Amino acid sequence: MNRKSMAVLMLLASLAWILAACGGSANTGTGGNATPQNGGGEQSGEQVELHLMHLWPEGSSLAQYNLVNQIVDEFEQANGNVKITIEVLDNEQYKNKLKVLSASNSLPDIGFTWAAGFMEPYVNGNEFANLNELLEGDLKDQFVGGTTEAYSFDGNTYALPVELNIVPFYYNKAIFEQYNLEVPETYEDLKNIIQTLNDNNVTPFTLGAKDAWTASFWYMYLAERLGGPELLDEAVASNTFTHPDLIEAGRELQELVDMNAFIKGFNGLSNDESKTEFLNGNVAMFLMGTWEVPNYTTNEEIPQEFRDSVGFFKFPVLEGGKGGVDDWVGGPGVGLFVSENSDHPAEAKQFASHFVKRWGELSVTEAGVIPATKVDTETIDLPQMYIDLLNELNVANKVTLYLDVQMKPVAAEAHYNLVQALLGKAVTPEEFAQQQEDVLQEGK
Amino acid sequence: MNKVMSNKLVLTLYVLPALCLLLGIVYVPIVYTGIYGLMEWNGISDMKFIGLDNYQKLMSDSSFWNSAKHSMYFAILSTASLLPYLLVAVLLSGNIRGVNIFRKIYLIPMLLSSVAIAQLWLKVYHPTSGILNTFLESLGVAKTPAWLADPNLVLGALFIPILWQYAGFYILIYYAALKNIPQSIVEAARIDGANAWQIAFRIKIPLISEVIKVTVVLAVVGSLKYFDLIYIMTDGGPNQASEVMASYMYHKAFRTFDFGYGSAVGFFLLLICLAATWLIRKLTASKEKIQYS
Repeated sequence: MNRKSMAVLMLLASLAWILAACGGSANTGTGGNATPQNGGGEQSGEQVELHLMHLWPEGSSLAQYNLVNQIVDEFEQANGNVKITIEVLDNEQYKNKLKVLSASNSLPDIGFTWAAGFMEPYVNGNEFANLNELLEGDLKDQFVGGTTEAYSFDGNTYALPVELNIVPFYYNKAIFEQYNLEVPETYEDLKNIIQTLNDNNVTPFTLGAKDAWTASFWYMYLAERLGGPELLDEAVASNTFTHPDLIEAGRELQELVDMNAFIKGFNGLSNDESKTEFLNGNVAMFLMGTWEVPNYTTNEEIPQEFRDSVGFFKFPVLEGGKGGVDDWVGGPGVGLFVSENSDHPAEAKQFASHFVKRWGELSVTEAGVIPATKVDTETIDLPQMYIDLLNELNVANKVTLYLDVQMKPVAAEAHYNLVQALLGKAVTPEEFAQQQEDVLQEGK
Repeated sequence: MNKVMSNKLVLTLYVLPALCLLLGIVYVPIVYTGIYGLMEWNGISDMKFIGLDNYQKLMSDSSFWNSAKHSMYFAILSTASLLPYLLVAVLLSGNIRGVNIFRKIYLIPMLLSSVAIAQLWLKVYHPTSGILNTFLESLGVAKTPAWLADPNLVLGALFIPILWQYAGFYILIYYAALKNIPQSIVEAARIDGANAWQIAFRIKIPLISEVIKVTVVLAVVGSLKYFDLIYIMTDGGPNQASEVMASYMYHKAFRTFDFGYGSAVGFFLLLICLAATWLIRKLTASKEKIQYS
């Protein structure tokens, strides 16, 4: 048997194997969960091993990676009987593994989830522990208003928000200076910038639409700037997608493609590949969440000169559009969950609480990412870009939660394909809206 | 020794471990996949029995048939590529100089993992900095294609690394089979005045026809089930332009929480592979085994 048949057979086997394990009792064989079963051990001083899974690999998210390690070390030192094993996967792999593990009821004791539609199947399947007691006790009033709601279902909260992100444009000041460009005030300005850059053979925007959520940012902003801050929320809530502004947003996006606004081959590039182009100074602008900020402020792996030359601006307003410049795409990013099936729920919750508190303090000073817990920036020395973005967040009129996170899994998957199709001109804006509506109405 | 091997108990003991493993990791999962295919199940909550609804849905699912079409495309191309492999193997089996070097050259890609190959070819196909487009630009091509982002090109672009990956495997099989042909037959033909061409097509290739049949089955079934490289290089995109049956199964089961439907796709894929194997066997069945000795 050759290796390709073998690989697929293994996949088939593992699919069924994992499913099979769910009906039975065993937690073994799925490779993730290393929790030992301490049958009948003493209550006090018992060795406890917790399994933590996160999505910040050393290579692409160094700041967050180090921070997790630091918090885990602290916790282990303070609690001698607890040992925490860490597993790191990148974003897409993480999402996949989470599903596989949940199918066999072997989620890590502590891990991260996205909000709203993404976590709904897990909550309905009783995979995540209810964390109300932490919010009412240990963590009372620690979070920025409105962040915990995205992780709540029927008044119960199933994950603790750790991030709060908005999506700005990052731009390369050196390139802007070279071609006498100014930060755009209006969408027309932005189009002029694209034109100038193209005339000089500089790629205006990098975009890794193979990971289609990055392209979704563009669609969301255009729809929001055209139709106002409530448009997208209402579209998802009412399962309709045929509002004229939603179609018009698709048209505007295709116009940007026609203008060669995006890097060549964007539909075949991953987000990491496209980011590299920006970091190498080949591309002028990049639309991405504020989790990227450490790469432009504190990350020592990236040359100081480049970091100094990165600035940010807001998505400009469209003439006649209802959306304002202080409306953002964004929302709480990942949140920390505790597995309902954890063998050591008390310790896991204790760690979750500790993690969120320390993350709130350290993510500001050490990593320069924006936590979902309240921050006092007065007393600490922080990179200017970070402070500016934090201030933007404080004066934000509205933060629209990412479309793919708002939608249920089937609709979100269709959204990914449809955005790629829209950018690749495989569907018209009308077809895009109609197909998105069709799948939303399936309610899955 | 013969006494031991004819003892039924000993035979059973020898076969049993392998049989258990095979049952456990191949056949039991297949049965389970079949059962799950009859369920509506998101992988987390309770299962609901819905009979053949998933299969009915499958029949009218244009996305699935689209992916099936792409798998067929790979199967046809893979089978067609067997011919050049065979010719290379025939050449190598003759006593040409530097045979060992060539054999190694062909075999090396097979030793790499699919992930490494995918990463390598991602670099090759990179729309701006990839060596392919850099090379085309140096030849004066003004508009170089974005290989993996263009729905019309992506399947072809994916097939090249697959071809590259498995060339060594098939050449090795053919080479080994050709080397097994008794030298006396070839010499007898040569004495009778057959030229190299006749020896290759009238003697050598007919003698390894059984092996060729096996490789056709391997190529077809392998292509129908192909997954790993595509998953890494394009994830079935853009907009499902390179979605194949196995990646569609994966996306349904793991991305959209439709394990029931994903299992139905998986089971259907199994049926298609069995049918393809049966069909190839049927079509190529020869009445008698070709023998010259």
